[in-house]
Amino acid sequence: MGKRIAKEVSIAIADAVKLARAEVIAAYPITPQTHIVEHLSELVANGELDAEYITVESEHSAISAALGAVATGARTFTSTSAQGLALMHEILFIAPALRLPVVMVVANRALSAPISIWNDHSDIMAERDIGWIQMWAENGQEAVDLVIQAFRIAEDRNVMFPTIVNIDGFTLSHVIEPVELPDQEEVDAFLPPFRPKYKLDPRKPLTMGPVGVPEIYFEAKRAQDEAFRSARRVINRIWKDWAKRFGREYNAVETYRMEDAEVALMILGSMAETAMTAVDKMREAGKKVGLIRLRLWRPFPVQEFRKAVAGLPVLAVIDRALCIGGVGGPLGTEVRAALYAAARRPRVVNFIAGLGGRDITVEDFEEMADRAAFYRKKRPKEAYEYIGVREV
Amino acid sequence: MGKDQGMLPWKEVPFGVYIMEPGNSAQFKTGNWRSLRPELDKEKCVKCGTCYIMCPDMCYDQQDEEGYYLVNLFYCKGCGICAAVCPKGAITMVVEEV
Repeated sequence: MGKRIAKEVSIAIADAVKLARAEVIAAYPITPQTHIVEHLSELVANGELDAEYITVESEHSAISAALGAVATGARTFTSTSAQGLALMHEILFIAPALRLPVVMVVANRALSAPISIWNDHSDIMAERDIGWIQMWAENGQEAVDLVIQAFRIAEDRNVMFPTIVNIDGFTLSHVIEPVELPDQEEVDAFLPPFRPKYKLDPRKPLTMGPVGVPEIYFEAKRAQDEAFRSARRVINRIWKDWAKRFGREYNAVETYRMEDAEVALMILGSMAETAMTAVDKMREAGKKVGLIRLRLWRPFPVQEFRKAVAGLPVLAVIDRALCIGGVGGPLGTEVRAALYAAARRPRVVNFIAGLGGRDITVEDFEEMADRAAFYRKKRPKEAYEYIGVREV
Repeated sequence: MGKDQGMLPWKEVPFGVYIMEPGNSAQFKTGNWRSLRPELDKEKCVKCGTCYIMCPDMCYDQQDEEGYYLVNLFYCKGCGICAAVCPKGAITMVVEEV
């Protein structure tokens, strides 16, 4: 087992990519992802990582080069943020349809305008339906673990889908945390070399990406959706294997102090750390508050989520992104949809918070829990409410 | 003449919609795109082969025992190039009746 050392999370992620023995890295630097790819380029330049580092002129090219590389059977990594992710948009849909398992870390950042380099989830929520497996890291250790797991999940022959690990920009990417990097031998034992069944090889030609005429396009998308949903079983199996080898458990839905909870906060990513402090504080004050964190966002873990909220009266769903003109935040609307068919469901109260780098404090979480508790008896008037915006 | 293999149920769609065998477009029927069909008047035809040369889908790939070029209706999309280029005006495009 590796030693616990203090490391900037971005550097630890780059080290995790090295431990995974990535063979091709194609990336374009953008704040707050920069340190990840900068460190990877150093590792390659210093001969510490035997990989091809493709410098490209844009994120559109980065993802395109990455797909070409993974199609030839090379383990491939890329990373981006915000505008860079948006520039990748059209290629992002192609990766899963062609079953090309590239791994990408998205350091989540607000989309312009106004120009913002700071954290929220608007970049990835705009790419919600691209068909990639999507996970959220809560802290540095989890970011490292998820990156290594992501290669194994994506490249499993029963999965073969690209995978995104989301880390909150700055609040995760730029902090120094105690992180335990596994030993190379341990990672090698967990993560076998990438051996796809089909790849681009002149000795055995095949065509990837032919036109899908109306006679086949619909059937192709139906098959893609089914294959994607069935990846759930493999993800769970790989997480069990990880827990056995490394002693850290991973689940699609994580819960904290949910026993007898009357109100639960529901969040994604690094907000969980502050939210847990808030839950502890409220529990000490006798308030029955718990926390639900979605680690796996795509494919959406409907059953586990419904189980986590079973018997719960009120669920406060906190969105760090806005669906302008919609009926809630992206997580809020999805949660409502996932619960609509459930026999018993909590009242869902949706909050929009922390846009463009605005901190969400312990006090903010307390306020959201209190407001949610108030709505236990009284239906909220609005589809969602704002937290942390100056009114006067 | 090829056999149409384009109409698969979703469970039989190949992995990633890859085409595993190169050159299998020969198995894809394009004849049902056609609304006009070329008809040959053998009285006018001099078997020059211009239709064979100019057809963008190489539909005039066979000749009968007398040497007339035969259109392969499995592939012919009815574009009408053969009728337009025929130096003898031997090919007429007629409406395809369904």
